[in-house]
Amino acid sequence: MSAVTGRAWRFGDEINSDLLAPGLYMKSSNEVMARHCLEAVDPTFAAAVQPGDIIVAGHNFGIGSAREQAALSLQILKVGAVLADSFARIFYRNALNFGVPCLFFPHARDVSAGDRLRVDAVAGTVENLSTGRTYRVDPIPAHLMEMILDGGLMPHLKKKLGKGRAA
Amino acid sequence: MAATLVEKIIARAAGKPAVRPGEIVTCKVDLAMILDSGGPRKIWPRLKELGVGVWDREKIVVVSDHFVPAVDAETAAILKLARDFVKAYDIPHFYDMQGICHVVLPEHGHLQPGMFVCGGDSHSTMGGAYGCYMAGFGGIEMTGVVITGEIWTRVPETIRVDWTGTFGAGVTAKDVMLFLCRRLGMDNAFTAVEYGGDTVAAMSMSERGVLCNMAAELGCETGVIAPDATTLAAIRAAGREPRPDALSWRSDADATYLARHAFNAAELQPQVAAPHAPSNSGPVEDYRGVRIDQAYIGACVGAKLSDLHMAAEVLKDRTVAPGVRLLVAPASQKVYAAAAADGTLRTLTDAGAIMLASGCGACAALGAGVLGDGEVCISTTNRNFKGRMGAATAEVYLGSPYTVAAAAAAGHIADPREFLP
Repeated sequence: MSAVTGRAWRFGDEINSDLLAPGLYMKSSNEVMARHCLEAVDPTFAAAVQPGDIIVAGHNFGIGSAREQAALSLQILKVGAVLADSFARIFYRNALNFGVPCLFFPHARDVSAGDRLRVDAVAGTVENLSTGRTYRVDPIPAHLMEMILDGGLMPHLKKKLGKGRAA
Repeated sequence: MAATLVEKIIARAAGKPAVRPGEIVTCKVDLAMILDSGGPRKIWPRLKELGVGVWDREKIVVVSDHFVPAVDAETAAILKLARDFVKAYDIPHFYDMQGICHVVLPEHGHLQPGMFVCGGDSHSTMGGAYGCYMAGFGGIEMTGVVITGEIWTRVPETIRVDWTGTFGAGVTAKDVMLFLCRRLGMDNAFTAVEYGGDTVAAMSMSERGVLCNMAAELGCETGVIAPDATTLAAIRAAGREPRPDALSWRSDADATYLARHAFNAAELQPQVAAPHAPSNSGPVEDYRGVRIDQAYIGACVGAKLSDLHMAAEVLKDRTVAPGVRLLVAPASQKVYAAAAADGTLRTLTDAGAIMLASGCGACAALGAGVLGDGEVCISTTNRNFKGRMGAATAEVYLGSPYTVAAAAAAGHIADPREFLP
């Protein structure tokens, strides 16, 4: 999964956990919650996002609650990566644990909604295939990359523990 | 090597003589707090899937506070699952509908200076008022903690914030935090905030808790306050003896901070945060006259006994304005009982307050008191993001219990100092 290609979805600063996972649906299943992801800022997002699409946002993406649904909804919607100026700590950790790569990307303003992007989290590159520009970004820290390449914490733990029903 | 309190606790938990900011270490967890919302409900199926148990049942505390009491089949099932989990794993520390976790934990003596604690809620930072390193994590990471008793962390830089002097009437720790959200911003990930100065030293544990709770709004890993005689007295009041080394958990005088900020408490005015972020704040004067539909006194940060006392001070011999509803959800059963015993509840209900169960409730649109389309609320809670308390078109203002009570009486946002004796 090291490289993903998809369309860009543009969002602004401080996209918080209540926007990603509205409290009214916290009691619902993960799948129901995912259908309401970001609806308060873009009602079309959850229905229209395609596997591999990439979120491009401003600073402090994911600020707020510890609710894992904020990150899990992006995994369920098969978002390929999140590129943002900066991330809130709990969201960042949750997302990596669900195998959703998060990369610090200070060039959001160069990206328009719908641009085709190719993101390589291991190599640390973002290519905007629509504009032809390529950016270097810090790759994901090595201690986390192994887990992300496994698909997140659960597959990683399964491998590490060497047991479990699915093994 | 000189170190901050946060660095000392992480070094101890990581089994290293010292750590430096930026270093990634694996820490042994002293206590794991998990909740109905993102705890057993998320963790138990994963334990089953992996075919593993919990690392240490004595070091796990389960609190049901988010969906209490159940209002429908879904929330009833979530709460039942938590009870079944506790039975299945024979977890000795379970607080079912006893109040909000961040208030319940210290009430029952679970926190001691120097501990490294993981909590399944972002406002777990509140434990830092006891000189702990306590940080919030999602259910997926708490799954790992509950299985292994370990977690990785990137050692944060520490920001030091000092307050000196005495607050004017009607100014509280909540006003400090709404001011700091504006001043320091909410984008402080991978840093910790340490509070000090004589203003903080003079604060009750309840007010110190507000500073550490809303470290989450600053985006910090955690917020801490070095323990002192006030801390030790609170631990004893919870029926525990402070550990012998309790007072040794403090930053060295020559520790290195990422930044130092100093503020004068006497200059701070009551603050209000406008929709839709705690950082969108200013002096109450800027918002005077904003009409409200609902006033909410609730949450870990804003419905402790001292918060209810503040509200009662304003509402004594007053009534809630026509067309406004004032909802009060005490932060814990212990708070509820104490407020009943000392007459505070009587003052509030005489004024027209509607009492709700202890729990997270309306703060996060999980329980009683959610907002409808276009409604305006002023709340003692810690967050006012779009949709936080219900409808995405609702507008939430944040303020101290004084400010919220004053708005309830006036029917619009007002300066609480005009309502104090």
